[in-house]
Amino acid sequence: MAENKEMISLTIDKHQLEVPKGTTVLDAAKLVGIDIPTLCHMKLHNMGIENKPAGCRICVVEVQGRRNLAPSCATEATDGMVIKTNSMRVLNARQTVMELILSDHPADCLTCVKSGDCELQSMAHRLGVREIRYQGEQSCYREDFSPSIIRDMDKCIMCRRCEMMCNEVQTVGALSGVHRGFNAVVSPAFEMDLVNSVCTYCGQCVAVCPTGALTEVNHTNEVIKLLADPTKTVIVQTAPAVRAALGEEFDKEPGTLVTGKMVAALRELGFDYVFDTDFAADLTIMEEGTELLGRLNKYLSGDKEVKMPILTSCCPAWVNFFEKQFPDLLDIPSTARSPQQMFGSIAKTYFADKIGVKREDLIVVSIMPCLAKKYECQRDEFKVDGDPDVNFALSTRELAALIKHANIDFDSLHEEDFDRPLGESSGAGVIFGATGGVIEAAVRTAYELHTGKPLPKLDYTELRGLEGFRQAVIDFDGTPISIGIAHGLGNARKLLECIRENKCVYHAIEIMSCPGGCIGGGGQPLHHGHSEILKARMEAIYREDAGKPIRKSHENPYITKLYEEFLGAPLSKKAHHLLHTNYFDRKIKFEDSKEC
Amino acid sequence: MADNITIKLKKEDNEFIEKVCASFNYSKTELINVLHQVQEHFGYLPAEVQEKIASELKMSVAKVFGVVTFYSFFTMLPKGEFPISICTGTACYVRGAEKVLDEFRKQLNIEVGQTTPDGKFSLGCLRCVGACGLAPVVMVGEKTFGRVSADKVEEILAEFR
Ligand code: SF4
Ligand code: SF4
Ligand code: SF4
Ligand code: FES
Repeated sequence: MAENKEMISLTIDKHQLEVPKGTTVLDAAKLVGIDIPTLCHMKLHNMGIENKPAGCRICVVEVQGRRNLAPSCATEATDGMVIKTNSMRVLNARQTVMELILSDHPADCLTCVKSGDCELQSMAHRLGVREIRYQGEQSCYREDFSPSIIRDMDKCIMCRRCEMMCNEVQTVGALSGVHRGFNAVVSPAFEMDLVNSVCTYCGQCVAVCPTGALTEVNHTNEVIKLLADPTKTVIVQTAPAVRAALGEEFDKEPGTLVTGKMVAALRELGFDYVFDTDFAADLTIMEEGTELLGRLNKYLSGDKEVKMPILTSCCPAWVNFFEKQFPDLLDIPSTARSPQQMFGSIAKTYFADKIGVKREDLIVVSIMPCLAKKYECQRDEFKVDGDPDVNFALSTRELAALIKHANIDFDSLHEEDFDRPLGESSGAGVIFGATGGVIEAAVRTAYELHTGKPLPKLDYTELRGLEGFRQAVIDFDGTPISIGIAHGLGNARKLLECIRENKCVYHAIEIMSCPGGCIGGGGQPLHHGHSEILKARMEAIYREDAGKPIRKSHENPYITKLYEEFLGAPLSKKAHHLLHTNYFDRKIKFEDSKEC
Repeated sequence: MADNITIKLKKEDNEFIEKVCASFNYSKTELINVLHQVQEHFGYLPAEVQEKIASELKMSVAKVFGVVTFYSFFTMLPKGEFPISICTGTACYVRGAEKVLDEFRKQLNIEVGQTTPDGKFSLGCLRCVGACGLAPVVMVGEKTFGRVSADKVEEILAEFR
């Protein structure tokens, strides 16, 4: 906020400048075009997310009158300061620090998944490190494989960004710095594997890790094999947030929509049908929206039994979060499955029948901005006789790598359109990709179903934005409906605690685990701390919505047809069976043991 | 998938931890003091106990574990039947306590803070025990040995084997 802050003046290299009191030397330098290198430090502007352990010392500068070099990321600018950011002494110190870090780092860049996108690698290059003059002991940890994430702590440089994300932003608390000195590492409790922790697989630790220490489980090879198998029909669905970010991997400006090229690339790769998760998002709105209206009507007519508010349930990391940390609130989230799972379920029943392919010969792949979806598609509830509704979930990053791997020149592709029937979607399905989008989509449909009148407007800008927690009251033709929106699990926690204590009264709440919603998912192209990228992706999502001929889920003709031909009505017995789920209490329990 | 983890502790142990946490007003900033008191009671801090403390203080067990592993004072291993403590106070140190400690490490094949696999011996260091006249001093269980040299270590251990 623009307060009248006290200004101070200082000198940085050849520049004299004034900055508000409290500015760090690092930020002050940026104002005059000096880009001091940083490694552990990470700041997502406007989102209140900052990692500032001052641990790596790559960002050191010389401060006149001080004996020691100072880390610029954690040093406040003071009046009259004279700073040198590129003296010989500083440059040498940075190189030495980098060489020391590298002396305990496996030198396997050539085959590392992060190669080419690694902040440690590019920093070593930028600092001109050409040899490592130090030899030291090498850390050696076992690799930790979970359904979504691989931890290879030999590559950890202890920047502690992941720890900050997991504890401060997400308040999950799966990770902590443990041990000290050379043995220090970030780890779950008791150095157990992530599967034994409270981890939600949101992937936000992966999204910020500068090195190859945290990466996603890669399923590309399995998919390549299935694509080459002539006995299988392989179909693909793409989540809304993917089209707003995939272009970045092909050097497009952040916020470039590449929907048409993405579809073309997927056809080139050999998928038999290219479908859209947005279709399933429309279906989610039909089910979740009807559930919301059902509860709402009961509530408004004075039913004391009915649970309010209804919470969205399309984010699997969020589901993990409440199952593990808020099991007493299991009955308030919607029972609707996520769009990914609704798609898989419909594909392997309705669509398989339509094209006359047996379930076991139909393979469903999804392209997701998300790492939790890798875990989600393996949940037992989403399998039929051991066969998962969705076989593999690839991240946006994996898709980009696969396209490059397959010699496809993304740029020169002609735009193509999704296949029918599961590729048709409304603008409401698209905005699922950004925080606030699910609830806006639900409002568009619930309003018309509830009031029987046409929507007075399509764009509910009061529900949009990047603020961590937002609320709005929407007038449903005389009935005020109060809505809450949280993204980032830390914000979700605050909301849940408020609900638990009966202090917050909402009718409906949308929760997304990732800051920004799925556009900021753990499987997206890495933002390397540039939060303006998230904003650009969000704008792209709303652009795609605005350009769609159909903007309301219930007006998607293929959705209408699906209900007519197959499901009957929203919340029908069949819909319940195929499109809804239940939740489990997975909190750690304490018991008195019987033995003495 | 690892679902529904249940932590079992004896009733009185659960109650003890609850009492300690309550006495510090469930304040997260008192974690070190809580751990201190609980370790004094149990002799060590096994995983179950850390889980219980984390749940009482409403903090993540990873953080509790982080603190336990950061301070060498805390241990997750039970003490041996005969805890061995070697005084490393100044007097003992100058008279060769270090060599004695090295010999115990070698013979037992464990480090300071560890316990032998059979649970018999654990190895620890002590600050001055006030018996400087007898330096270097070693305590094994309740028994004190004075003027210990490295070549006496085997003999001492034999007494308890
Ligand atoms: S795992 Fe990655 S993010 Fe976490 S501390 Fe290590 S290098 Fe940093
Ligand atoms: S995936 Fe999310 S919950 Fe799991 S360790 Fe990473 S940040 Fe924490
Ligand atoms: S917000 Fe989206 S990307 Fe993030 S965990 Fe949830 S579903 Fe996945
Ligand atoms: S970036 Fe400043 S200390 Fe690491």
